[in-house]
Parts: sequence; structure tokens; C-alpha cells
Amino acid sequence: MPSYLFWLFATIMLIGACAVIAFRNPVSSALAMVTSFVGLAALFIGLSAFFVGVIQILVYSGAIMVLFLFIIMLLDLKDEKRRTESYLPLVAGLSLVGIFFIQLIGVLSNKLPNQSAPILDKATLAAAAGDYPEGSKINEALTNGKLPDVHLIGETLFTQYNLPLQILGILLLVATVGVVVLSKRQTN
Amino acid sequence: MPEVVTATLIDLAIIITKIVAFTFMVVLPLVPLSVYFERRFSAIIQDRVGPNRVGIPLTLFGAKKDFHLFGLVQPIADGLKLFLKEDFTPDHVRKAFYWLAPVLTVVPALITVCVVPFGPDVTLFGRTEKLVIADLDVGPLFIFAISSLTVYGITLAGWSSNSKFPFIGGVRSTAQMISYEICLGLSVIPVLLYFGDLNLNNIVQEQADNGWLLLPFWTDGKLSLPSLQTTLFMIPAFIAFIIFTVSIFAETNRMPFDLPECETELVGGYHTEYSSMKFAMFFMGEYAAMVIGSALIITLFLGGWSAGFGFDEAIANFSIGDFRIGGFIHVGIFLTKLLVFILFFILVRWTVPRFRYDQLMKLGWVIFFEAALINVFLAALIIAAPGMASTITVIGLILLAVVTAAIIWVAKVSEPPAKVLRA
Repeated sequence: MPSYLFWLFATIMLIGACAVIAFRNPVSSALAMVTSFVGLAALFIGLSAFFVGVIQILVYSGAIMVLFLFIIMLLDLKDEKRRTESYLPLVAGLSLVGIFFIQLIGVLSNKLPNQSAPILDKATLAAAAGDYPEGSKINEALTNGKLPDVHLIGETLFTQYNLPLQILGILLLVATVGVVVLSKRQTN
Repeated sequence: MPEVVTATLIDLAIIITKIVAFTFMVVLPLVPLSVYFERRFSAIIQDRVGPNRVGIPLTLFGAKKDFHLFGLVQPIADGLKLFLKEDFTPDHVRKAFYWLAPVLTVVPALITVCVVPFGPDVTLFGRTEKLVIADLDVGPLFIFAISSLTVYGITLAGWSSNSKFPFIGGVRSTAQMISYEICLGLSVIPVLLYFGDLNLNNIVQEQADNGWLLLPFWTDGKLSLPSLQTTLFMIPAFIAFIIFTVSIFAETNRMPFDLPECETELVGGYHTEYSSMKFAMFFMGEYAAMVIGSALIITLFLGGWSAGFGFDEAIANFSIGDFRIGGFIHVGIFLTKLLVFILFFILVRWTVPRFRYDQLMKLGWVIFFEAALINVFLAALIIAAPGMASTITVIGLILLAVVTAAIIWVAKVSEPPAKVLRA
């Protein structure tokens, strides 16, 4: 992604993120969060992770935040009142920020082994094609100089992480059934 | 370097041309055209005449008679009327969101145009260009993702109007759209499994070569009977088609499912407080979503731009001199299919009565959700069967039958007994 696009979307994302806490109206905050998610999705797409970017919009902006908004509207929340300032939370918050900042400096000052992302040009992709069986879709796409990110994610998930994926699936199913049971009990 | 700069400029010019041509000269004019069709078609269904007068007013320029043009100029007159109406903003609305909401319904619908393939590639002036704005490898997902943002427009319109009926409309639309998005996503999985690709252009090319998903009667461009696997796959494909089409109706708030703007209960639903061009934007958003929905159904199930029956290669290679312009004929075929589908949408709107809200939710969560899930497994079984031992396939089939029977049984048991009505 050209760097000016990165700065554009990073700015959109940061403005959205700041607006989430700056707005007093909960609906405005929720919408600011959606803006931030859309900016984040654009950054993913800039890193050639089309699938992750699109899923980010589909799941977070399109489903989860809609549910948030739905509940905010149903609860009919009023604008948040300004509370009397007390210094303890402020100091605690600032010191947390300071600690993370020091950590960030510590990480950035070390020479990382691979600081720049690999350039996804035709030669690199074609060279990577050998790792996949001849005649498969991934091999074909890589040889043609395209990054088949959806196929690669699927391949990784269903071969390397098959068992954890299925365990996660069952966990989610149990959670869903649990929610249904709990909500049924409340209505009866 | 000037050469690089010129190349970039040419690329940019091509992209802008595509955007302007497809979004503003193909899809956007389809919106008033479908409004016209809606009015004429509903008139025919109800044995009326419909708007057939507005044409070219030749009498203004001294001619004897007006040129009626079947009333085709009516949409322009409608648009002009909406432009010139007073744009009234009620006092009790939340201003910022009230202004934002109509925009949020139109923009996503128009953004999704960019992955719809209008035709195969054409060669002009020695350059080969695909007739699609952005040839993304995540086509259907991109359309789902962006169109899922439409819900904000309707929800915010309902909420910001700050009055009862629009609010109920907004809440209804939120619940409805989230529910049917799930059916939409699940029902399309068998199709994606079959093609093994998420690029809409490749999906259409595959259908042009080997038969449309619902009409697989040619292979490699020659008429032939489908193989056993393809024949069997028509079952899940057809189930997926039905679920997908009905879900698109629900997603676009079209008639049997237009509960968010149900006039008999909610005055006008979420757009009660809107007037003039802001109201027209909601109207436009709804119709644009309908056009894109039809385009997606055609692309996934009915061969997109392909003419079918082995004619595609000949049409695509049609050329005058060095210009291989057969692709534009395919655009015409695509638009014809699109118009037929829009007419189908209109036919359904004027023949099927509106659902009740609990019926709508039940249809989505109890029937379609389960049917789509079982359909995914059925499709996977059919696709994987040639590579598996026959005993495993049979065991899989039996398991699937047991699970299906169990789900139907649970659905029947959990249904509350019908109340006995007494006069």
C-alpha cells in the first residue's frame, strides 16, 4: 500500500478511536468505533490481507457494533454527566500509559531480526509456490504471482490447527446453547 | 520519470472511467428505471393503466401532439418533483444523525457495485481490460461486508427521528437484517465450495465454460449432459438459491418482508419524518440494493454475463479490427438478465402479502438457518464423495439424514400449540 494511503487510514482510525472516548453521547461513540473499525479494515487490506479486512468489517462493523447500537437505543441512555474530577483514576491511567510507553520504547530500540515486511512481488510468490502440492489452487495462484490469502488461511486452519479449530467450534456451540437456555429461563 | 507518470495517469483514467460508467451510467439509471417498471407492472397486475403520459412535450414547441414514449420520462419528472419539494426538518430530531442516515443507506449500495462483473475482458487500443471495477479475490464477502453497513442508515434514521413509529421501524430493521445476514452467508457456502473460488469474475467464467450452477447442460463450451456429481449438486444448489433469494428480499426490505416501513402499522416506518431529497435517498438506497442483490443472484447462480449453451467464447472473441469488443455484448446480456430479475422482484412485491413480524423471525431462524446448515453438509458430502471410500459416504449420508430428522423433530416439538379460536 502506498504510504499516503496508510497515513490516511491510520489517521481515520485514530480519530475514530479518540472520538469513542471523547463523545458524551453513547450512539456517537458507537459510530466513532465503527469508523475506527473501518479504518482498521483498510489497513489490513493494505497489508494484502483482504480476507481479514473484509471479515473485520463484516463481523465487527456489520454485526457486533449493530447489536451494540441496538442495545444502546433500547436502553435509551442519556448523555453522560460530567463527574466531579478526582485525581486517583487520572494518576493511575497516566501511569499505565507511561508503563506501556516505556515498553514500546524498549521494543522499538532493540534491533528486530526482520523489520520490513517481505515484498510480495511475483518472484517471491512464485518461489513460495513449491511448498504446496502441484496442481492445487494455492500453487497455481502463487505461480501466477497472486496471493491466494483466503485459500492460505483455510489451508493453515484445516491442516495445522485442525484440532484447536474444532475445539473452538464446540466451545462456541456450548456458549450459544447456554445463552438460549439462560434467556429461556428468564422468560418463563 | 515521465513514462511511469503517464502509465499511472492512464491507469487512473481507466479506473475512473470504469467507476463513472458502471456506477453512474449503468446502476444508478437502473434505479429510476426500476421505479418506472414497478409502477407500470403493478398497474398491469391491478388492471390499471399506470404512468403512461409523461414523454417529450412536443406541444411546447408548437407540434400537434406530444410524444408519449410509454411514459418513460416519468422517473425524471418524479425526481424533479422530489428535488423541488420543501426539505423540511422537524424540530424534535437529532440533527447530525438525521442528516447522516440517508447517506449511509445509499453509499454502501453503490460501493458494492465495484466487485460485480459486468462482462469478460475487452481489448481496446491494445489494452486488455476486465469489465469490473475492482477484480477482488473476496468478491461475495466484500458485498456482504459493505452491504451490512446499510443497516446503520435505517437504524439511525429511526432513532434520530426521535418519534415512536420510526424508532420501532429502525429497531425492526436491525433485528431483521442481522438475522437474514446469517442465512445469506450460510446459504452461499455450498456455491463457494463448488467453485472453490471467491473471485466473482472467475466464478462467472467457470459457469460460462461448464454450465450455470442451476443449468449445467454444457461442458467445455459444448452441449452435453452433466456428470453424476454435477447432477446431484443441483439439489443443494437449488436449496441455496431459494434461501439466498428470499434472504435478499429480506435484506433489501422488499415487499413480503418490508416490516421496517410497514404502512399499516408504522405510518411510514423509519422514513416517516423525512421529506424531499432525503426521502428520495432512502428510496434510491432501497432500489440500488435491489439491483445489486439481483446482480449477485445472477452472478452466483445464473451465469452472470454468460449467454450459456456454448455461445460465450464466440461472443467474447467478437472483434472489429483490433478491438475485441465482444465483452460489451455480454454486458447487454447481463443487463437483460438483471432487468428480468428486477421484474421478478416487482412481481413478488405485488402478489405476496406481507409477513407478520414473528413469522418473519421464525422463517429466518427456525427454517432457513437450519436448512442452510444442513445444505452446507449435503453439498460438502457430494463434493467430497468421489475422493472417499463408499462406506464413509454412506455413513455420512445416514448421519446427515438422522441430524435432519432430529432438527425437524425439535422444531416441531418446540412449536407452541396453536390456540383454539372461538367465536
